[in-house]
Amino acid sequence: MLEIRNLTKKFGSKTVINNLSMTVNDNEIMAIVGPSGAGKTTLLRCITGLERVNSGAFYWDGKQFDPANPDKGDTIIGVVFQDYQLFPNLTVMGNITLAPTMVKKESKSQVTENAMTLLKRLGLEGKETLYPYQLSGGQKQRVAIVRALAMNPKILCYDEPTSALDPALRDEVAQIILDLKKQEMTQIVVTHDMEFAKHVADDIKRVEQIQ
Amino acid sequence: MIQYIEQILPALLSGTKMTLSIFFWTLICSIPLGAVLALGLVSKFKPLVWLLNLYDWLMRGTPLLLQLIFVFYGLPVIGIIFERYDAALFAFILNYTAYFAEIFRGGFQSVPRGQFESARVLRLSYGQTIRKIIIPQVFKIVLPSIGNEVINLVKDSSLVYVIGLGDLLRAGNVATARDVTLLPLVLVGIIYLALTAICTIVLKVIEKRSSVWR
Repeated sequence: MLEIRNLTKKFGSKTVINNLSMTVNDNEIMAIVGPSGAGKTTLLRCITGLERVNSGAFYWDGKQFDPANPDKGDTIIGVVFQDYQLFPNLTVMGNITLAPTMVKKESKSQVTENAMTLLKRLGLEGKETLYPYQLSGGQKQRVAIVRALAMNPKILCYDEPTSALDPALRDEVAQIILDLKKQEMTQIVVTHDMEFAKHVADDIKRVEQIQ
Repeated sequence: MIQYIEQILPALLSGTKMTLSIFFWTLICSIPLGAVLALGLVSKFKPLVWLLNLYDWLMRGTPLLLQLIFVFYGLPVIGIIFERYDAALFAFILNYTAYFAEIFRGGFQSVPRGQFESARVLRLSYGQTIRKIIIPQVFKIVLPSIGNEVINLVKDSSLVYVIGLGDLLRAGNVATARDVTLLPLVLVGIIYLALTAICTIVLKVIEKRSSVWR
């Protein structure tokens, strides 16, 4: 269970997130919704440690942690970016295995085997030697999901997962997210797409623009 | 004529050797140095950025010829004495490092921020990120500009002539002055053309190799 208590984030004198608290239960999907500029992405960036918070605390299973300053071996948060940010100079397999081998020092063969299983599960069999530029948008997104999963995070976060996809692919992502839930993955989805949020989420957190 | 060419060719080739020696040592030292300085140029430590910008400005803002003369004829005045060859290398490496640093800086800055963030959430360290993700992308971005400088360097190396080093140009000029014929200078031109052609081909091959990804 992820708990965020009294999170406040300011950019200069502008308060973007004011004293926000939320709880994400295990194996549930939390959608963070709200209008553009309301700080959804900022909230996600705080959770993923890409922004430092001004005040507030994060707890995983009751134990406090700092996303911006994580313990080396302990991956709590995985992220799928809006524009995926695959590494263009590495193959699909290279993208997935880089962090587990370099950061977690897992053996190459074990990581590769694990990656193949994940690729298969997301319908990316046979793509492992391709480079990102050779993939479609939907495929890139799935590779980004596999890459995040390969680090065995406790929670997987998505930033606007439907924004770059056409309607058919939108349903496909929803399906992937729901399938991962069945495999007991806790997930946070930032989206401006209310319909999508209602479809996948167990709980919805609304953020509003601070006046 | 063939006989004359055979006669002056050894001198020209020995000059070529000097030219190539300046060329290779300058490249081997100033490309890595430039990459390291570029990391400094994009760092958040302002005094360092300021210092490196000053260095860049000095090196790129004054003629290489002046720098050569300064190092070889100027510095001895304050007691710093270089051998001719060392003076030439010193000036060339300082000068080319500045250019390469600027090229690499541009390269580093054109890698999207998201790549750093993506690496960060995967818990890769700064060093791992630079080595495995940023450097390969920067390398690909800067390759054409580096290529330009490499070709320039082949020709710029002829400036060492001014401090009395026996490079290719000097060898040709000496022969022309002695024998009153244009032929040595034409040969010098041909050898430079051959050298730059080889560089161009090598660069094309490297560029092609790096185009397996986009």
